[in-house]
Amino acid sequence: MAHVAIRGYSYCLNHTPELGLHYGNTPYTELTSHGETEFLKGLAGNLQSYGEACCYPPNQVFIGGMELDDLAVHPSPMYRNRLKEGPRFGKFGEIMPENEFLGLMDICDVFDLIWLEEGFASDVSAALAKHHLFSDRIMARLEKGHPLPEIDEEISRHGALPLYFHGKIAGCCRKGHDIDESLSAHVLLENLASKAGSVLALLHLLESTGLSPSDIDYVIECSEEAAGDMNQRGGGNFAKAIAEIAGCVNASGFDVRSFCAGPVNAMIAGATQVASGARPNVVVLAGGAVPKLFMNSRDHIKKEMPPLEDCLGNFAVLLDPDDGSCPVMRVDALGKHSVGAGSSPQAITSALVLEPLQKIGLSFADVDKFAAELQIPEITVPAGAGDVPTSNYKMIAALAVMKGQLKKEEMPAFVEQKGIPGFAHTQGHIPSGVPFIGHACEAIREGRYGRVMIIGKGSLFLARLTNLSDGASFLIEPGAGPGLRGEITKDDVREAILEVLMDLSKGLTG
Amino acid sequence: MGKLAGKKVLLLGERDGVAAPAMEESLKNCGADFVFSVTECFV
Repeated sequence: MAHVAIRGYSYCLNHTPELGLHYGNTPYTELTSHGETEFLKGLAGNLQSYGEACCYPPNQVFIGGMELDDLAVHPSPMYRNRLKEGPRFGKFGEIMPENEFLGLMDICDVFDLIWLEEGFASDVSAALAKHHLFSDRIMARLEKGHPLPEIDEEISRHGALPLYFHGKIAGCCRKGHDIDESLSAHVLLENLASKAGSVLALLHLLESTGLSPSDIDYVIECSEEAAGDMNQRGGGNFAKAIAEIAGCVNASGFDVRSFCAGPVNAMIAGATQVASGARPNVVVLAGGAVPKLFMNSRDHIKKEMPPLEDCLGNFAVLLDPDDGSCPVMRVDALGKHSVGAGSSPQAITSALVLEPLQKIGLSFADVDKFAAELQIPEITVPAGAGDVPTSNYKMIAALAVMKGQLKKEEMPAFVEQKGIPGFAHTQGHIPSGVPFIGHACEAIREGRYGRVMIIGKGSLFLARLTNLSDGASFLIEPGAGPGLRGEITKDDVREAILEVLMDLSKGLTG
Repeated sequence: MGKLAGKKVLLLGERDGVAAPAMEESLKNCGADFVFSVTECFV
């Protein structure tokens, strides 16, 4: 069975508090249902600055600017114990400020949907021109901008949605059709933001792997948005649209959806295409979810803490054949939550963790780290959802006890040793296992980990089509190269035959 | 039959805790009337 190299990875955040304030679902539905409430005033008055977001330890861990081990011992609450310095760029990617991100949305717009105010467009153009990843070809896509009165008219008379920066209108997102709700300004704004985040992650991936855009063969996109029109609301295809902007002229692609389990399913879809020889390489990527910005902010404001959910998360991973130089994804031990597996936590954990390990004769002890849901606990605990990563590790530990592979009193140590602290924003698909791929591969290269498991889980029941949830998992190990992992090659057979013939010859000649 | 027998019950499940269908399954013989059952996700 082939193994697939994880050749590269990138992780970025887009600090977008004003997109969140106006179009995150929690504040948006509050405004449309109840008007300007005290909650909304509190939210608007307590937004984190870009500098504060950059100095927030989990954000630095996400972009590779801080190590996970350092996060684990960082004093909490982390929003009161920020880093002294928060660089924009980490080894995996960057935290992009909101004005530049609105510019990137305009760059990614091919239907004249995003209009930027001309002064704002000029400022953003100057800022993005300094960005080392934005080539002349990409910068040429940024519009010169429109006078503010034209933007005001689009908003007041033609159903466009205002885009804000520092509390002022910086542009608008226009609707794509007069009556089609799938092409409303709101839907298109979400889709363009997701597309822009993916493009940013892809540009970082190309830089870190040293590949040219034309080297990319296939792209699989796995966000949680739906691109389509009234006749096919989720028609797709984000992947090709993203590849087009990044200049991946030889790539094609498709989208994978499974709520938060989308990225792990997409990784498996990409790896199996590479393993079968169907594709020389596959990029798996996703942008962020505007609706989830400030999802739990009602509780954050109530508890007088900063509303931390102000960043969109993006990632990209490059898969290609194992040559022994990179950590690999195993495609012979994939976790699958089948229809009949059951919905209890132990049934899900059994399907995703125990069964794939059993399949290849491994135990819980053979995995150094498990990465399931990686949400930042100080975002979810105040909202009543608990420390999600730790809950998942406890469930894995409990299953190990039930299977006789761990003593009950060893559970706390198991959770501490094999878990990792949450460091991803509540962006749904983004925190679901995949943020750990970068850190895990670095640690495997350095020999600190021998094997890790990435687990994704998705809440399918939210779509009201089924009560089922979904899940998938895979293992990452050091690369060994073809023929060095127990697969029998032609050379192995030839060598074995020669050995037997030589023995036989010796026996005959005495 | 337990203390929930004859009662109307709302089941609120959580994605990374116990899902509503799992609660329903474990309580199906308690004689309660499950009038609402849903699993939510806030992550």
